Amino acid sequence: MTTALALRVEQLSVEFRTRSGIVRALDNVSFSIRKGETIALVGESGSGKSVTAYAVMGILDPAGLVTNGRAMFGEIDLLAASPRRLAAIRGGEISMIFQNPRTALNPIRSVGRQIADVLIRHAKMPLRKALLQAIEMLRTVGITDPARRASAYPFELSGGMCQRVMIAMALAAKPTLLIADEPTTGLDVTTQAVIMDLIADLATELGMATIFITHDLALASQRATRIVVMHAGQVVENAPTADLFGQARHPYTAELIAATPDSAADLDDLAAIPGSLPDLRRSDLPPCRYSERCPRKIERCAQPLPQTVIDGEHVVACWNPLPVHARLKRAIGAA
Amino acid sequence: MTVLLDLEHVSKFFPVGAGPDQLARLKRRLSGGPERLPKVYAVDNVSFVINKGETVGLVGESGCGKSTLVRALTRLVDVSDGSIKLGTRELALKPARVFARDRDRARIQMVFQDAGDSINPRFTAFDAIADPLRRLRHARGKALKDRVEAVASQCGLPLALLSRFPHQMSGGQRARVGIARAIAVKPDLLVLDEPTAALDVSVQVIILQLLQQLKRELGMSYLFVSHDLSVVRLLCDRVLVMYLGKIVESGPARAVFERPWHPYTQALVAAVPRFGDKATERLRLKGEPRSPIDPDQNVCRFYGRCPISASDCKTKAPALRRFGNRHVACHFAEEFVVQRISPVHEAQANPQI
Repeated sequence: MTTALALRVEQLSVEFRTRSGIVRALDNVSFSIRKGETIALVGESGSGKSVTAYAVMGILDPAGLVTNGRAMFGEIDLLAASPRRLAAIRGGEISMIFQNPRTALNPIRSVGRQIADVLIRHAKMPLRKALLQAIEMLRTVGITDPARRASAYPFELSGGMCQRVMIAMALAAKPTLLIADEPTTGLDVTTQAVIMDLIADLATELGMATIFITHDLALASQRATRIVVMHAGQVVENAPTADLFGQARHPYTAELIAATPDSAADLDDLAAIPGSLPDLRRSDLPPCRYSERCPRKIERCAQPLPQTVIDGEHVVACWNPLPVHARLKRAIGAA
Repeated sequence: MTVLLDLEHVSKFFPVGAGPDQLARLKRRLSGGPERLPKVYAVDNVSFVINKGETVGLVGESGCGKSTLVRALTRLVDVSDGSIKLGTRELALKPARVFARDRDRARIQMVFQDAGDSINPRFTAFDAIADPLRRLRHARGKALKDRVEAVASQCGLPLALLSRFPHQMSGGQRARVGIARAIAVKPDLLVLDEPTAALDVSVQVIILQLLQQLKRELGMSYLFVSHDLSVVRLLCDRVLVMYLGKIVESGPARAVFERPWHPYTQALVAAVPRFGDKATERLRLKGEPRSPIDPDQNVCRFYGRCPISASDCKTKAPALRRFGNRHVACHFAEEFVVQRISPVHEAQANPQI
């Protein structure tokens, strides 16, 4: 593909030093996103989706340490950039929508002022102009009566409205890359649909690349052009959406799809994923962290993970991937 | 089918204190006039039945009154109006405090939303499951221990975990404790409030299948409250759709989700993400719901957000009307019913369903 990349993450590894040992949260995570593209990072809780985003944004917990890797944003390696440089990029060219807007918003500052703060910092606007622009942003994200709502505090707004405020704040400085960490978890499906439409519309309008983090496979399939599946801190499969759902090759991806209620016609058709995530504090973690729960484990799985390119864009980190036309055909048909 | 629980015209209002008209209220009070607090109509004139052995789903947005309705029918709060009959016995008149010691308390049990928050952190799994048995069945000693171990294994909870505290267990294990606690006293009706909302899909599957199996073994009725429609579709026989304190549609779960008739249900179903569906050109709800505080009883609750919103909708609130085995509260229900039943119009009316 000729389109330029918005972000290229290469072999990112992150560890957390904790009292009970070193947690190897990310292991050689690599993926990239083109300008204007929407990709989804999916996986169960504890798979490292959010840690990836936090590492790229340079907002890891102090106990977290990037032990390896690069995150190239244009010519800049975000993981090696100075804090001052990062602060200039963060909120401006790269911005993030956090999972829980109620805790991510400042409770003692009006929402209009919080959006204005972004504009003052990154667009170098004077306060008065920034406040007017903040009202415009609130209007853009579909808040009725924005002039009045701008002076409201987060606790005065509903969950859906707080999420819109977060989006307005994230998009105020017209970023080129947006990271949306579970932007609709905890919202009703009707609100979720509206919020996701809004992000998609604004992304198209601004030509913005979007990394969308979710545990909802169905939602990811609907919104992203490419899906990166994570398990226990490793990327197990990375494929265009249609390929992934039509023909998942990694056993874990297949299990995950089969466990999603939407794929089944009957409750008995749903299959649970055997085993659980390995303890990431272990010093003897196998190269493939899924291998201990994997029904397709072979001897070769003890060797370092491969990055098998299936065709062009479809990459699977597995020594014994599922054959073509395995169990997943029905996932698409049943919907 | 035998009716297990029969709700008729159940309402629950909450008075709200502060508001923009506080000054007016104060004036009225000072001038000696009657004071009337504004009320939130959390549940407004709701009637339905749950049959023996049936699984009924209750869906709707947050704030629509699902939880209040559930608390009213499990008799954790007192209703403002209406009747709740368990079998032939009227429960609505008993104050919630009195019902807590009633002989029928054991017949309606509940599994709460987040098992992590709803289990006493100072109780071990054993104590959590034993608590209702001690209080309602006055079980002691060996009989108690045997019963706790029996339900624990029925719920797939290893006996070795019974001495653990909630924080020492995984989300799936806590969910099992919550279920074991609820079924320990052999209820006839189990009310499940989003039992899998906090769980990952892989664990969710296991818990849903456990619930299905328990229902077969024990012959309980379920009231399953959720906003995850794909789960409701798999688990429930019948579904009730609630919007701002009212039931707007009810009927067999599959039929309702395949061909929703009420405009709100249509929007709700359209909003559920599905595999391989491109999220374009679908019905979207605009704006916020109407205020539940002293709503005008002559206006449809959905007016304003509804794509139809005709002039009739703001002069007369639609009643829940019956069409075969389904009920819909919309003045324009006939149009949808006819459209959906006639296959010629179906494709044009709603191409994605």
